[in-house]
Amino acid sequence: MSVTVSMKVNGRAVSEEVEERTLLVEFLRENLRLTGTHVGCDTSQCGACVVHVDGRSVKACTMLAIQARGADVTTIEGLAKDGDLHPMQEAFRANHGLQCGFCTPGMVMSALDLVARNPDPSGTEVREWLEGNLCRCTGYHNIVKSILAGASAMRGHA
Amino acid sequence: MYAFNYHRPDTLDAAAAALAGAEDGRLLAGGQTLIPTLKQRLASPSDVIDLGSVPGLDGVSRDGGAIVVGAMTCHSTVASSPAVRDAIPALASLAECIGDPQVRNCGTIGGSIANADPAADYPAAVVGLGATVRTTRRTIAADDFFTDLFETALEDGEIVVSVSFPVPRRAAYAKFPNPASRYAIVGVMVADTASGARVAVTGAGGSVFRVGAMESALAGRFAADAIRDISIPRDDLNEDIHASAEYRAHLVGVMARGAVAAAVG
Repeated sequence: MSVTVSMKVNGRAVSEEVEERTLLVEFLRENLRLTGTHVGCDTSQCGACVVHVDGRSVKACTMLAIQARGADVTTIEGLAKDGDLHPMQEAFRANHGLQCGFCTPGMVMSALDLVARNPDPSGTEVREWLEGNLCRCTGYHNIVKSILAGASAMRGHA
Repeated sequence: MYAFNYHRPDTLDAAAAALAGAEDGRLLAGGQTLIPTLKQRLASPSDVIDLGSVPGLDGVSRDGGAIVVGAMTCHSTVASSPAVRDAIPALASLAECIGDPQVRNCGTIGGSIANADPAADYPAAVVGLGATVRTTRRTIAADDFFTDLFETALEDGEIVVSVSFPVPRRAAYAKFPNPASRYAIVGVMVADTASGARVAVTGAGGSVFRVGAMESALAGRFAADAIRDISIPRDDLNEDIHASAEYRAHLVGVMARGAVAAAVG
């Protein structure tokens, strides 16, 4: 059976007819064509699918789209403003915080949830926070550097 | 994932009615176990009843000498709650070490204890702190709640509403996590409470269990070296690719002593 699922995605009201069993990540990628949110492991381990639902980072492969009904969802596509990268995205670019880039959208979305809770995290806190985000290029060192630089830029120390 | 009928009731009565009316209904709380299980087709319920819109199930409150956690309260809320951190810091730090941040933003205490995974953290808190589980029908003492591997005292159609944790004099949780999944290979909650010392172990057996010999020793003297010579038998402990039963038995002692030392401060 299908059902109408409405939510706000990156500030825009969307409404789609989907099956109840549709995952949030499928809804974003296949219905809305927002393919910046990636599917890596599809088993809630790798974090490539991290998006924000009502301001909290979640794994979009482990939530039904219908659970996010009425919610305010932000994906990686919702960060840049008027063509300018978000400070956290810019920090990943400037610090070479990626190699293949597959994990990057999830890393950035996860990092922003950390910074919202803890604007000035230590390197150890960043590494602990990234428990749910895997990078198979083993690029963690520069990812941590990027997040620290992004957090600093967001505090106004560009 | 197979197709199912989805329900989103806005009262507990409506949730219970949807569950009763379903051929094979399952409650959806935070979904961090159920959704992966559905995806792997390890479960194929006819109906999924989402508790996300039932008011009053989410949140933490102080009720006299207890901290009451609503069934739909997610782990990150418990971990960051000033009331929990102030009254039972061991409970906050246990919630803080479940899974990863995204799992903690979704997974709930009610879902965790109803699922009764042998390697989950919350059962150690519920039993170790001597909590009481309130359901739609009754209250269940922690010692009666967890009955076996993935089995609880919950009856068909009974829904967890909240968990009430009496504030202990002091308590701590020590966990040896699986480095990949962060589930407990062994986790031990120790508490010094008004009704005596409690030691609850998760991850090591089919279900959470207490260690009476350690509790008696700690009742005499609440110190890590009071339980130094107490070992637990390896019989009936879990054995898998991550750890042998013998290793788990050893870890119970190590984690229990670590928890007592942390509780003493």
